[in-house]
Amino acid sequence: MYTFSSRLKTIAFVLMILGILGVGYSFFTAPKTVEDVERILAADSHHGGGHADAAHHGDAAHDAHASATEETHSHDAVKAHDTTAVTAHDSVHGAAAVAAHDDHNHDAHAKDAHAAHEGHDDAHAAHQEHLEHVLHQQQNKPWAAVYVAALFFMLISLGALAFYAIQYAAQAGWSPVLFRVMEGVSSYLIPGAIIVFLLLVAGVMGWHHLFVWMDPEVVAKDHLIQAKTGYLNGPFFLIRAAIFMGGWIFYRQYSRKNSLAQDDATDNRFYKKNFKASAAFLVFFIITESIMSWDWIMSVDPHWYSTLFGWYVFASFFVSGITVIAMITLYLKSLGLLEYVNTSHIHDLAKFMFGISVFWTYLWFSQFMLIWYADIPEEIVYFITRIEKYNLPFFGMVVMNFVLPILILLNTDFKRLSWIVVMAGIIILCGHYVDFFNMIMPATVGDQWFIGAGEIGAIMFFLGLFIFVVFTTLAKAPLLAKRNPLIEESKHFHY
Amino acid sequence: MSNKVIHVLYNDDDILMDAVRQTRAAHHHIEEIYTPFPVHGLDKAMGLAPTRIAITSFLYGLVGLSVATAMMNYIMIQDWPQDIGGKPSFSYIQNMPAFVPVMFEMTVFFAAHLMVITFYMRSKLWPFKEAENPDVRTTDDHFLMEVAVHGDEDQMVAFFEKTGAVEVKVIDKH
Repeated sequence: MYTFSSRLKTIAFVLMILGILGVGYSFFTAPKTVEDVERILAADSHHGGGHADAAHHGDAAHDAHASATEETHSHDAVKAHDTTAVTAHDSVHGAAAVAAHDDHNHDAHAKDAHAAHEGHDDAHAAHQEHLEHVLHQQQNKPWAAVYVAALFFMLISLGALAFYAIQYAAQAGWSPVLFRVMEGVSSYLIPGAIIVFLLLVAGVMGWHHLFVWMDPEVVAKDHLIQAKTGYLNGPFFLIRAAIFMGGWIFYRQYSRKNSLAQDDATDNRFYKKNFKASAAFLVFFIITESIMSWDWIMSVDPHWYSTLFGWYVFASFFVSGITVIAMITLYLKSLGLLEYVNTSHIHDLAKFMFGISVFWTYLWFSQFMLIWYADIPEEIVYFITRIEKYNLPFFGMVVMNFVLPILILLNTDFKRLSWIVVMAGIIILCGHYVDFFNMIMPATVGDQWFIGAGEIGAIMFFLGLFIFVVFTTLAKAPLLAKRNPLIEESKHFHY
Repeated sequence: MSNKVIHVLYNDDDILMDAVRQTRAAHHHIEEIYTPFPVHGLDKAMGLAPTRIAITSFLYGLVGLSVATAMMNYIMIQDWPQDIGGKPSFSYIQNMPAFVPVMFEMTVFFAAHLMVITFYMRSKLWPFKEAENPDVRTTDDHFLMEVAVHGDEDQMVAFFEKTGAVEVKVIDKH
């Protein structure tokens, strides 16, 4: 039986408090008015590289202006279209306005601005529009930081739950000694899902603007979103979310109850119930997971779509969930608990970490290469935004999620060493956080992204909450599912 | 000392695994084990040195990756550049995503095939080679453990009969 040590509890609370402070700070310092943005941008442009950058953007804007009108709508501008003078694709629009803005203040690169826009008035209008655009991105930033972290930790527990269901449905003989750890990780699903649901409600209520399609003013000017309103509308969106989360939480609670009841049972009745429930859940899960990824992640870019996005998101949080199971198992093992878990169990978890990392890369690359090769404007814009404005996180993520795991975990013997598995696990978890960061941020904060107090604070808060909830659950039941019919096989599992 | 060996036959892989552990604990020298299918964990139970074939596989994979890179560079960039889908083949790195499937497949191809060939060479296997297994039943449903005889022969036979063997016989090897 595990007892939640007061030291770990303190760490969890400190993380939560620091996290709240960080998130609060980022909300507090987010600009409130266009004038605030103007001051921030002016301060930025005085820092060394600002001028060169702006000049460069000016050239880009000049080239791109002619084709800019093709895109009828800036898909990630929040309310920028109130004062629309130039409707442009976001990167073009942003770049043009940066140049114009800089010229307006300093006259230094007026030539570029005049090339991009006819006359000073246009430049001024574009400047105002740009300021407003940046204001909305800056105001989105703390919300997006909270949303990414909330979603990431909730999906970790969902990934662990899916892994748990697979073990039951496959009647896997190696894993029952880890069932209580998996149940612990999946216990975060309840608070995590509630928080994400509240964030989605906040979006529908208009308290934040992460989802542009929720804004009637944007929809009014956007034919593509108008065509999708039958599916992308507030009430239906929330109903779907409630059904998905309700289904997942129901299975989690039901299987946990049966798993505990099986401990004192005289027959395998509860085990059989769990077997059936797991098979049914997996069908429900893979459908709802796919739709969930369109709803909560892909719809921040309502013009863009990818048909394998559901799998891609699944691979990302599935490997994160398995990694967390492995890390918590190693932590409990280091406390002298889980006496039946041997290096073969760790080896198997590490194999899953390795294998699903490669699977994630396969899906990431499949999505990237098809879009890159076809080079269709409405599709490629997704990757252009990421490569141009998120170069480091975009390619850094591939290194952290593919190159490092494959090099570290390739060797058989390394998969059995705790410190190597933990190190690889930390890299994988950071990498997949960045993956979710890359999914949400470009459409919500654009080039205003930064991993600062808000982002780190949000991670700390949800990490603290995650630790608190998971270890509280772990302390509630014995760590060995002692009456599971496969437990003997699992205890003697060796590879 | 004669080069006598004992052939011990089993009809179950779990019994074999237990017998191998007992035999090693009794300090008898296992020369070879013949099985109809690969028995999981047998190499560890026998105390064989860990296989190095994984290392060769990794190196062969690197060779395959290099060959694919050089090959695609020659075919698609140097020798006959084409403009496919508006992506002129002027530089390898710019067209690299299109070559990744080839690079991946060649890595797997080299790693797999060369690893199999290495395995054949190390096991001294080649086409039309005479089978070496001493008892044809090991190709069907029996497991045969060959143990070198040392000390008291009768005592050893008695020992192996207690390990769950279905047959124990002493063979004079030349």
